[in-house]
Amino acid sequence: MKKLAVLAALLAVFLFTCAAAEKISVYNWGDYIDQETIEMFEKETGIEVEYMVYETNEDMYAKIANGKSSYDVIFPSDYMVERMIRENLLQKINWDNIPNVVNIDPRFMHQAYDPESQYSVPYTWGTMGILYNKSMVEEIPTSWKTLQDERYSMNMLMLNSPRDTIGIALIMAGHSLNATDAAALEEAKQLLIEQKPLVLAYVVDEVKDKMIAGEAAVALVWSGDATFSMAENDELDYVVPEEGSNIFFDAICIPANAKNVSGAEKFIDFLCRADVAAKNYEYVGYAIPNKAAIEVLGADEYNASPVNNPPQEVLDKCEVFKYLGEETKLYDQVWTEIISEY
Amino acid sequence: MKHKNLMSLPFTLWAVIFIVLPLCLIVWYGVTLEIPVEYTQITLEDGSTAYKLEDGTIQTQEPWQKKAVISFSNFKRMVEPTYLKLLIRSLRVALLTTLICLLLGYPVALILTGKDFKHPSLWMMLIILPMWMNFLLRTYSWMSILENSGILNSWIASLREAIPAFDQFLSDRGVGNKIIFLYNENAVILGMVYNYLSFMIMPIYTVIEKIDHSLLEAAADLGASPSKSFLRVTLPYSLPGVLEGVTMVFVPAVTTFVISQLMGGGKVPLIGDVIQNQFGKSSDWHFGASLSLLVMVVVLAFMRGLHSIDKEEEVQKEVRIF
Repeated sequence: MKKLAVLAALLAVFLFTCAAAEKISVYNWGDYIDQETIEMFEKETGIEVEYMVYETNEDMYAKIANGKSSYDVIFPSDYMVERMIRENLLQKINWDNIPNVVNIDPRFMHQAYDPESQYSVPYTWGTMGILYNKSMVEEIPTSWKTLQDERYSMNMLMLNSPRDTIGIALIMAGHSLNATDAAALEEAKQLLIEQKPLVLAYVVDEVKDKMIAGEAAVALVWSGDATFSMAENDELDYVVPEEGSNIFFDAICIPANAKNVSGAEKFIDFLCRADVAAKNYEYVGYAIPNKAAIEVLGADEYNASPVNNPPQEVLDKCEVFKYLGEETKLYDQVWTEIISEY
Repeated sequence: MKHKNLMSLPFTLWAVIFIVLPLCLIVWYGVTLEIPVEYTQITLEDGSTAYKLEDGTIQTQEPWQKKAVISFSNFKRMVEPTYLKLLIRSLRVALLTTLICLLLGYPVALILTGKDFKHPSLWMMLIILPMWMNFLLRTYSWMSILENSGILNSWIASLREAIPAFDQFLSDRGVGNKIIFLYNENAVILGMVYNYLSFMIMPIYTVIEKIDHSLLEAAADLGASPSKSFLRVTLPYSLPGVLEGVTMVFVPAVTTFVISQLMGGGKVPLIGDVIQNQFGKSSDWHFGASLSLLVMVVVLAFMRGLHSIDKEEEVQKEVRIF
């Protein structure tokens, strides 16, 4: 009987502590935060973080949209932020509770996916550009025209990804990379069909290995892959062409059905703090919009990387991908027509 | 009888959950489309705009909701030349792969089952052993052998350096410093043959091994030459193994997508690549499911054709023996 009483008491204490500890649940991309910062947050605030990861925006979207699971903080990319705002899945952020938002460089706020900056804080950003091997090119490829240059015939790699590759072709043809009208897409298609004999391969993840091994002179890549490859091979360098490119963001948002909004706000504010953002940059490796953190890291060292610091006039010409909904199918159709050409 | 039913319960359950249900889902996705719901714009009492959906709900956001409707437009899209071209290429690549596997695999199986062959099981082991490694890993190895910056090209380069005559020979034929082995259809076929060859050898080997040796001895006793006894005894009796091998190579070959992406560098897309794209990047599950159904029909027709050969052969064999 005594034992039972002790057990009951223990159980009560256990339940009590469970109920007392404030909790937030965070849903992030895999390997996209320095786990130490989570421990720091838990220690500082006493809020327990339940941390879960996803692999694609669509995985995350499906979980939030079916309404069965509730998270307090999520990290959707630009076009997904736009879609989730449209579908009423995000809530407006109360900036009064996120004082550290002053650390965010204003040029990265008010992007097309959230024009009023009401729903999202940028977490990381990147671009698409040309990764090139200095020993294999004659001059720095500063224009997308490089990807039509006969000199690099069978010496260039393109992305096997409809939206990205067609988007760049649209820029080359002088259109917006969000164009959906048939004429613009037809132009992009013709351009890519003409380019096809010059292309060594259409790759995705393999691009890193191939560029590191010196398989090709130039490649269309995402800046994240460029950072990785450049760390492995000193001959590689990265440039965002002068015509402009795609800029992409992963943002921090609070879902509409979040249970602990104040906890979420505290966590977001914490992530915007200079030392925390700097720590996460060192772990994740993507460019960050946090200017206070860049000071902590040493601005010169940070800006030395072409991945982190494309010229402002080029950046001004960069566009985010918009959510196209049904029109994504057009891109797929055009892409299949390009690759099935033989 | 009851007992037997109970024993089959786990398998039946398995089959329903993992075969029948997914198949139904694919058929459902294949014959439906998602279209935006209909709505009317209304003005609320406070003067703001809202939207009334067809099911009566009112919301302030512009409607994004979708509904599934039965439609065969995906099948219409499928018969466009773009997709048919890819299907035909997939069939051609798969048939070539199967043929090469058969031409390579049958003699191997025959040699392994030969009377004088020592340690056939050891050799069989050596053939199967690579299959224990993940096929992605094996395909990546082929890539690093055949790449422009790969092993083969570096060997050729050092050979050219060592033997000037060889270098001259290649230069005369317009061969550049690097030979592009990868990124074409031949590389895809090579990758597939390598990955599927053992699926051809194994069933043929098993069947030939089980052929009653007294039949071959009888053929020899009655004056048949070795080639004649092969044609009259071994070949017909090994046919079931051949058919099984052909099925085991052709079916995965016609639906593959990773090998074509890696070895072909995305330049030799097969129908499997397009299907994978529908479920991934393009996220059009409905069209992807319709394409899968098309491939399924093609594979079924192929198996049916094989099966009828098998049946005919069965009958002929009976006749021959008696």
